[in-house]
Amino acid sequence: MLKIENLQVAYGGIQALRGISLEVPDGKIVTLIGANGAGKSTTLRTISGLVKASSGSITYDGTELLGMPINKILEAGIAQVPEGRRVFANLTVLENLKAGAYLRKDKDGIEKDIQWVYELFPRLQERSWQLAGTLSGGEQQMLAVGRGLMSRPKVLMMDEPSLGLAPLVVQGIFDIIREINRQGVTILLIEQNANMALKTADLAYVLETGRITMTGTGAELLADESVKEAYLGKKRK
Amino acid sequence: MKHMKREHLITAAVLLALLVGAFVLDATLPSYHIAIKVVKKACVYSLVAVSMNLLNGFTGLFSLGQAGFMLLGAYSYAVLCIPVAKRAGVYQYFDGGIVQFSLPEIFSGILGDTVGGVVGMLCALLIGGLIAALCAYLIGLPVLRLKSDYLAIATLGFAEILRAFFQWNALGPLTNGSNLLKNYPDLGGAAAYVILVGIFIAIILLLVNSTYGRAFMAIRDDEVAAEAMGVNLAHHKRLAFIISSFFAGVGGGMLAMYMGTVQALSFKSAMTYEILLIVVMGGIGSITGSVLTSFLYIASLEWLLRGLDSGTFLGISSPIFKNGFRMAIVSVIIMIVVLFFRKGIMGDRELPDLFKPRRKAAKKGGDAQ
Repeated sequence: MLKIENLQVAYGGIQALRGISLEVPDGKIVTLIGANGAGKSTTLRTISGLVKASSGSITYDGTELLGMPINKILEAGIAQVPEGRRVFANLTVLENLKAGAYLRKDKDGIEKDIQWVYELFPRLQERSWQLAGTLSGGEQQMLAVGRGLMSRPKVLMMDEPSLGLAPLVVQGIFDIIREINRQGVTILLIEQNANMALKTADLAYVLETGRITMTGTGAELLADESVKEAYLGKKRK
Repeated sequence: MKHMKREHLITAAVLLALLVGAFVLDATLPSYHIAIKVVKKACVYSLVAVSMNLLNGFTGLFSLGQAGFMLLGAYSYAVLCIPVAKRAGVYQYFDGGIVQFSLPEIFSGILGDTVGGVVGMLCALLIGGLIAALCAYLIGLPVLRLKSDYLAIATLGFAEILRAFFQWNALGPLTNGSNLLKNYPDLGGAAAYVILVGIFIAIILLLVNSTYGRAFMAIRDDEVAAEAMGVNLAHHKRLAFIISSFFAGVGGGMLAMYMGTVQALSFKSAMTYEILLIVVMGGIGSITGSVLTSFLYIASLEWLLRGLDSGTFLGISSPIFKNGFRMAIVSVIIMIVVLFFRKGIMGDRELPDLFKPRRKAAKKGGDAQ
């Protein structure tokens, strides 16, 4: 289980996270929703080691992750699919996937996982020789997810996988997220698309200006009046 | 998979033909013939251009320090290879200098004249590369924190400082001040250059196609994503910088060998720009492009277009064909290449890609979108 306790992060003088605590139980889909600037991405980036925390703790199965270098956190089994896809545009699809397995040495395992990703995303197999920059937005997102899976993570963190994608494509991405979860990968999902995220999630947290203001199962939050008002676009009577 | 084999076979055949061609040149022409000179110089430029491509093209670090690292390699080679008996003459203002040994002579004593001489020269080249690499390591610590243009300015400054430093009189016993270093041996004819440069470029090619190469390209395409994949940015940037500088140093040593004399004055920033031009025209991220363009560039400039400066070109005589006209034509050619080959002559393709059957080239179709 991934556990965050009283985490505080500041960019210069700006306090981005004001002591948040949350839990990501194994095998679940957990989502973090909130408006722009609430601190969602900061939370993710701090877990993966890209941003340094000022205080608090992040543990995975009891191991403290704060202060660990990025590659060790990845090796501990926590991978990130960064916001805005960020595929390597001048590498082929296959090379992108291999780059995702950068820290692994087991050639057979890598080969197997490439096949696994191709099974999840048959479209990527069709385009394995194409440069990633020439893929459509949805395909690039698939590639970004596939690349994240190539490190064989136990927890996959996704930063706004629906960003800039058509509704139908978003539906497809969420189906895949559920499928990946069914195959045993814990998911920590950050979304602005609260509706989709809450429908998918087992457990949800609402983040507002660096604080967690609400917790519950996806269904609970989906039914909550204040969440409806703030994130789901229901009008005030 | 069948096709992969076929295009690699053709590539190997082409490379072999080039090597045989170099041997034929050596056997049929006198060693001072312009064709041999062109092949030798183009080989050296190929190596340096490929080393620059490794850094600028594959890792995306825009560095302009190439001439500086070449200077280190060139001086190392010259200082280590001048025969002891000739040192008094070369270092005439500095009492014969402080280095009183010569690697080719030392190895000749152990391994016999021919083998020992070659081993000694190769050692001197490699030591030159290592010195350049060491320098790259040291200046890499602060300089690689900079990005894009600022990195270019810092490395350019480093190269210029180095050039001035090597002409400093106080270093005279080692560098001969601003005087020439000369009388050191040359490795041999065109074939020797082709083989040596071929080996070095093959090493770079293996590197580019390894996990390291993929990490370099990942950094070029997206630093944040590369970091998220567990690529250690600082470490890999430094590694690329050091490796590139190592080969630039070796290339500098070979340039010294080719030129016959070394003087810090000739390693100006213009030399770096020349190589940058070759890299860009060949295609950023294409090793084949760098090599091909090196040969085209050196052959045109040193040989084929000479007539434009001396009155008669392709049998046409004209009063405008006088000194400097050649460079005007070269500029026009460069403009044409830039206009019609936006991504350089080769783009990011390599030699085997050229021999792929058409339908395998589906990847290129995607580019057009």
